[in-house]
Amino acid sequence: MAVDAQTVEKLAELARIAISKETIDEVSSRLGDVLQLVDQLQAVNTDGVLPMAHPLDEVQVLRRDQVTEPNRREEFLALAPQTEAGLYLVPKVID
Amino acid sequence: MHQLTIAEIIRGLRDKQFSSVEITSHLLERIQQLDSQFNSFITVTGEQAIQQAAAADARLAQGDAPALCGVPIAHKDIFCTRGVRTSCGSKMLDNFVSPYDATVVENFLQAGAVSLGKTNMDEFAMGSSNESSFYGPVKNPWDVTRIPGGSSGGSAAAVAAQLVPGTTASDTGGSIRQPAAMTGTTGLKPTYGRVSRWGMIAFASSLDQGGPIARTAEDAALMLSVMAGPDNKDSTCLNRPVQDYTANLNDSIAGLKIGVPSEYFGEGLDSEVGARVQEALQAYEKLGAELVEISLPHSKLAVPAYYVIAPAEASANLSRFDGVRYGYRCENPADLRDLYMRSRGEGFGEEVKRRILVGSYALSAGYYDAYYNKAQQVRRLIKQDFVDAFQKVDVIMGPTAPNPAFKLGEKNADPVAMYLEDIYTIATNLAGLPGMSIPCGFAHGLPVGLQIIGNYLDEARMLNVAHQFQQASDWHQQIAPAAK
Repeated sequence: MAVDAQTVEKLAELARIAISKETIDEVSSRLGDVLQLVDQLQAVNTDGVLPMAHPLDEVQVLRRDQVTEPNRREEFLALAPQTEAGLYLVPKVID
Repeated sequence: MHQLTIAEIIRGLRDKQFSSVEITSHLLERIQQLDSQFNSFITVTGEQAIQQAAAADARLAQGDAPALCGVPIAHKDIFCTRGVRTSCGSKMLDNFVSPYDATVVENFLQAGAVSLGKTNMDEFAMGSSNESSFYGPVKNPWDVTRIPGGSSGGSAAAVAAQLVPGTTASDTGGSIRQPAAMTGTTGLKPTYGRVSRWGMIAFASSLDQGGPIARTAEDAALMLSVMAGPDNKDSTCLNRPVQDYTANLNDSIAGLKIGVPSEYFGEGLDSEVGARVQEALQAYEKLGAELVEISLPHSKLAVPAYYVIAPAEASANLSRFDGVRYGYRCENPADLRDLYMRSRGEGFGEEVKRRILVGSYALSAGYYDAYYNKAQQVRRLIKQDFVDAFQKVDVIMGPTAPNPAFKLGEKNADPVAMYLEDIYTIATNLAGLPGMSIPCGFAHGLPVGLQIIGNYLDEARMLNVAHQFQQASDWHQQIAPAAK
């Protein structure tokens, strides 16, 4: 199944990944190859088959609602590319 | 000293034949001398390793030594290590120094192990050749013009080159077993949820599982005993007690029923690889096992189902890399959208971007039922094949990979050809079953892996079955030329 450049641009927008104009054809063709591979699934009869969410059909493990971790705000903020006054800094969002 | 297995190192340390500082220094020196040929490490933590080794020696002297006290290991760079760069093989995390330890890392620290550093890997564990790493490809110690397998290529190559006796690794579609097969090492992917994923950077959360790569099944058992177990920090980690995986290694396997799936010996399998696997099966018959022909009729659908589910989950997991809180940020973003688009466009490599786009496609409006839901239904059919087979047999065996290690660059231009590398390993991830790869001979002068698939939580039996083969063969003791 072929993927056109417009679809790739839409996906790139959804995934917030910049793709250069020069590589868009190559990306379309590679995506097409992968989608052709996965399209084999369409031929399988799966009527009445429950989608599988967990291999052992386990349910979520619960734990006590207790504080176990200390607040390490400064350490985590130190990992960010830009911070100011204890906050993450990004380009201006509101005019 | 670098030829010693983990079991031998434990004995040597307790009998005071050598100290942890001595073996640690020896291996660090070896890494410095040899690893430029293999590129199996991204980060070597020499100073920290010597400190850990000295502390281990003190505990050994006091007679207060936990299971792996003083044993050198290394972690795949997917496991977060406090105070040490954790890159996941990506430019995106090249500057990321983790503020915490993964549970697996913590478990090895508690067990007294000494970490030599972080091993190379495909970017975000996406790949079967270790060529997608931001830090360059890893080379196979058996032939440095060939790939070591992936994504845990650095973990496998480091063990094969005898730079370290055991490493941690992770397996989403074959990333422990396929590199183990390519490098003549022993790798184990546990049952989904047996090992905590906390602090193991997520690729596809319903498939990812950590496990060991070592030179023997016994060493893999020693490592798994430390790695496995419930974890409050990972709600998908199984809340079941852990066995001592070394306890049953010496049990007889007389009467063992081995399922041999016809689908794993068909078209696409290299004939020499097939011959080595058949010889291994005959060796098992001599050990008293019985071969039972079985069928896994939905095998062919495993790769297509995987390449919907894994990219879909990856596209969600990797949305956290936004250039805001940690990791790479582009220069001079014009606005917030530009910051996201370019940080991710520049920070991720080609294969990672491709999978995120495929995942976004499969999850986008109008396609969810046709792709993701369909793949999850097919996944149940694949699992049911195994459930039916395990009614009749104790373990399942076949080749780990369809061919031995290929040349660097050979499959780079064709992602689908690369995906088919994992044709025999992916189904066990989809089903959540445990699997191993052990060396069983050579094809075209390169190592061949025998895959052993176990029933849910049957790791102890799988290790017993692998150990018995290794007691009767010496394929696992062969040494890569470049490691000598």
